[in-house]
Amino acid sequence: MLLHTVNKSPFQHAALGSCLRLSKDGSAILLIEDGVYGALKGTKISSDIENAMKTKKVYALEPDIKARGVQDRVLDGITLIDYAGFVDLAAENKAVEAWL
Amino acid sequence: MSEEMMEEGGGGVIKKFCYINRKAPYGTIYALESLEVVLIGAAFEQDVSVVFADDGIYQLTKGQDTAGIEMKNFSPTYRALEMYDVEKLYVEKESLEERGMTADDLIVPVEVLSSAQLQDLMEDQDVVLSF
Repeated sequence: MLLHTVNKSPFQHAALGSCLRLSKDGSAILLIEDGVYGALKGTKISSDIENAMKTKKVYALEPDIKARGVQDRVLDGITLIDYAGFVDLAAENKAVEAWL
Repeated sequence: MSEEMMEEGGGGVIKKFCYINRKAPYGTIYALESLEVVLIGAAFEQDVSVVFADDGIYQLTKGQDTAGIEMKNFSPTYRALEMYDVEKLYVEKESLEERGMTADDLIVPVEVLSSAQLQDLMEDQDVVLSF
């Protein structure tokens, strides 16, 4: 499987939407940098991520979450990982597809 | 040039400067650069308004902790703007709602305006700078 990374805000770029549309069931999706705004409760795109989580595993990079002060608003079911966890995900998957 | 546009004593012109912030912090350099320019404008004693819309409202999110990404947390600087007489901070209501946030989630007191009110505010400016 591929590891998909998204580093753009879902409110300003189509990257997350394209990633969700074009990633296979069972894929891992990792939200990093401004992409972590896609991991939050109560936003206009929260339901898109919740739907994706039915068939895909969604992660968010905790240092980026904390930097942005949004640690209390992360959707249930999203796994927070650190940089070492990022390396593990990259190693576990066949390749990394970065949605820039 | 009318009398009321003349700054007392210094003789410089005071213009209405509006800074529009639409980018989240840290992912790009826009937010930090905007803050620098706002402070420069304030140093020249201009009439400054700062608007936060779209992802720009994330610049004001409470509880930012950047230790893990090894970048400077510049969010406390927004609280210092008051000392530079930058007191007119505006946030778009629609942008807050799209992100499930309220003014209580922000580190500084702001005035929440609708899109229609923001249209009028921007129309009233002499200079608009967009970040």
